[in-house]
Amino acid sequence: MSIATNHNPDGAPYLRIERLTKQFGSFTALKDIGLEIYPGEFVCFLGPSGCGKTTLLRAIAGLDIQTSGRIFQGGKDISALPSSHRDFGIVFQSYALFPNLSVSANVGYGLVSRGLPKVEIETRVNELLHLVGLPDAGRKYPAQLSGGQQQRIALARALALSPGLLLLDEPLSALDARVRSHLRVEIRRLHQRLGVTTIMVTHDQEEALTMADRIVVMNHGVIEQVGTPTEVYRKPASAFVADFVGTTNFLNAVVAGPGHVRLGDINLACELDVHFGPGNDVTLAIRPEDVVVRNIGPATPNTFDARIAEIEFLGSFCRVGLAINGELAGGPPALVADFSINAVRDLAIAEGKVMPVALPPDRLRVFARPPQAP
Amino acid sequence: MSAVTTGSLHEAAPATIRRQLDRDDVLMRVGIALLICWLFFTIALPLWALLSKSFQNQDGQFVGLANFITYFSTPALFQSVWNSLYVAILSTVIVLPLAFAYAYALTRTCMKWKGLFQALALIPILAPSLLPAISLIYLFGNQGFLKELLLGGSIYGAGGIVIAQVFYCLPHALMILVAALSMADARLYEAADALGASKVRIFFTVTLPGAKYGVISAGFVVFTLVITDFGIAKVIGGRFNVLATDIYKQVIGQQNFEMGAVVGIILLLPAILAFAADRIIQRRQVALLSARAVPLEPKPEPRRDWAMFAFCAVVGGLIFGILLVSFWASLITRWPYNLTLTLKNYFFGDFDTNGWEAYWNSVILALWTAVIGTGIVFVGAWLLEKSRGFAWGRGIAQLLAMLPMAVPGLVLGLAYIFFFNAKWNPLGFLYATMAILVINSVTHFYTVSHLTATTALKQLDPEFEAVSASLRVSLLRTMVRVTVPVCLPAVLDISIYLFVNAMTTVSAVIFLYSTDTKLASVTIVNMDESGFTAAAAAMAMTIVFTSAGVKIAHVLLTRRLERTTQAWRRR
Repeated sequence: MSIATNHNPDGAPYLRIERLTKQFGSFTALKDIGLEIYPGEFVCFLGPSGCGKTTLLRAIAGLDIQTSGRIFQGGKDISALPSSHRDFGIVFQSYALFPNLSVSANVGYGLVSRGLPKVEIETRVNELLHLVGLPDAGRKYPAQLSGGQQQRIALARALALSPGLLLLDEPLSALDARVRSHLRVEIRRLHQRLGVTTIMVTHDQEEALTMADRIVVMNHGVIEQVGTPTEVYRKPASAFVADFVGTTNFLNAVVAGPGHVRLGDINLACELDVHFGPGNDVTLAIRPEDVVVRNIGPATPNTFDARIAEIEFLGSFCRVGLAINGELAGGPPALVADFSINAVRDLAIAEGKVMPVALPPDRLRVFARPPQAP
Repeated sequence: MSAVTTGSLHEAAPATIRRQLDRDDVLMRVGIALLICWLFFTIALPLWALLSKSFQNQDGQFVGLANFITYFSTPALFQSVWNSLYVAILSTVIVLPLAFAYAYALTRTCMKWKGLFQALALIPILAPSLLPAISLIYLFGNQGFLKELLLGGSIYGAGGIVIAQVFYCLPHALMILVAALSMADARLYEAADALGASKVRIFFTVTLPGAKYGVISAGFVVFTLVITDFGIAKVIGGRFNVLATDIYKQVIGQQNFEMGAVVGIILLLPAILAFAADRIIQRRQVALLSARAVPLEPKPEPRRDWAMFAFCAVVGGLIFGILLVSFWASLITRWPYNLTLTLKNYFFGDFDTNGWEAYWNSVILALWTAVIGTGIVFVGAWLLEKSRGFAWGRGIAQLLAMLPMAVPGLVLGLAYIFFFNAKWNPLGFLYATMAILVINSVTHFYTVSHLTATTALKQLDPEFEAVSASLRVSLLRTMVRVTVPVCLPAVLDISIYLFVNAMTTVSAVIFLYSTDTKLASVTIVNMDESGFTAAAAAMAMTIVFTSAGVKIAHVLLTRRLERTTQAWRRR
């Protein structure tokens, strides 16, 4: 497998993962993973549960060592090092705060065994508590704090030894929605302030899109795509990514010729990889918000008639089900599109109406369609 | 240490990575190795010694199955198997419904005085099994004051054994059933109610299935307790021979160690079978309570509540009554001729050469067992739970830790004779010392303590160790700073369990005491044999008072602890 290097800022990577494989008995949790992470980056491992993202994080931390493959951190081979000899701070979904120790003792836990003088520890703990916005929590016990506060303390504890790498294992998943979005912003801000290279594992695409510099989308133990949030959303590298990140229409089509596919009777122009030949079965993907309904003129490419089969009102926009091809007289929708309220009002979009819509060629993604099992 | 080989990275499959060990890993592996050694010497090798003895003749030559053939072809010996099964099954059949109803009253009704009834029913745990047998003799024995109620029948024999066993086993079954019945999802009952099911139908379709595994488990526990108990059959069994008394007779009475070993193996079988069956069934149990379950709050139902109150009053009253009979018997001058109260039965020196020394020996044994046992058990469970890698070592240790549960006390004691008294054994110096009694008691009660510790450790966040490692704090330090303080209630539970059991047990130590280390419970057997039944009752009561005192101190200490050092538990 090639090492994913879509994004390559100057300088050497801080963390390099080479051909990493993790086997649990006969089950392969990670398959030949290669990845580079640069100093100061905020990277999210995104994927459904069981995709291997937490396994990869735990391998980086040395908590569950990989079966084979190597990991370099800061140029040093750490592949076989036990966790206690690696340089990282970690925050878990469960917070994992020591319940019988005060907040200060939790934050200073790693400092105390370093044998630092008491005053120095106290100063550092105060500094960290300020950093996470809980300067007065020091004397409390974890159980007396809310979930969000506990997670901030866990964050402070993880940062206490100024680690080179911060690992966050679903840190926000146990929190309720409001606290979650608030803490999302704060973690991001903290990262910008400290500049510590950070890896966060999450199954929440919104979290990944809003927080990460780069997203590593994983599925079934392999990396599907590495890219910035915009790249992953706009140019998903596989049908899986298109489906997992955001909402996507999938349409079965056949390659008609160079740069052209046939969707039923509709001929569509699109960016087509050279390895597709005429007659190949393909899957077309397009996001609902990319379906165009305004300013369609005779020169607009990929224009065809669609019937408004159903309308779902969602506040600031409407999700519209479009029937196309032979279904114009009546039939189920094949395609969903998000139209702004303005467009719905201006164009008098209503159920049953037949009107032209366009699928912009640069918004269409084409994926090979695996042959269906008979 | 690193097995990472520099090689052609892009051609062949990459080499397998083996994690380097840090200091914690090394220390923990050494700890596990020591634990395996300990368990090997205290349970595995003694059992092997017992097994090999049963295939030898008196001169130590291998004779194959000859001893077993003798056993099964001697009707007098073989009859005991049926006798043991008979009393065990009968006791189980009686205890289960009693305990179930009692547990139901404690958990599912709005009966008054639940705390009192719970305490009453748990009393027998604090007493040696000999106590109910002694009380029954006072009530229904040859000179018993309720003897007429038997209409000419005799309490000595199967009947007496079963009644005493019911008293002795009830709390063990009760604890399991209370745990099983207190976990219930109110939503199931609401659904059943809404569907118009009758109370009886709800009981048979919701309540009973929910507690099914608890009932099965309690059944196996009672069966095993009865079939392996020695004290009750010894005191009240009369001519009704059971396996446990046979071992004693073969070994102590006839000095026929080989035949004793054979009976020991036979006694081991039902205990192991019950243990294995219970394990298999428990494995099939899935969590019935999801995180979303709504706890069931019983609603007042005066008729049912008062009926259950009456039932508990009768059962609890009988339990307390049996205890009172022994207490009263211990204070009477000479039954049935002189009923004036006296304390002279407590001058144990008048009845047994060891006198009060036996009592203090028991206290010393119980203290050592509690201290050493809790230490080994907790550290052992911690090692098995928190160490990384070394799966085979942990597997062996785990298996050995479960073994003592399946070994009856008498069999363990006998196995210790064969092992520690063997000429070739360099550990022979332990024989007839207090040390061997402590080792035996720790081993006998190892599994339950181990399971308690493991359960407590499993409730801790598994990431504590990961966090410690990332902060480069040694796991040992985290154990001292976090694990032990958080598990303190469980640690106390284990030590009290060990203390009370070491104080009350007869079967595990009857073969191992010497004249210098004679124990209170053994003295009860001896005094009863010599006809000093009142003194035996007095000694039994002394044990009850001691374990009750310790238990009360435990409750008070736990409360105090919760107030002071466990402030963090409060929100």
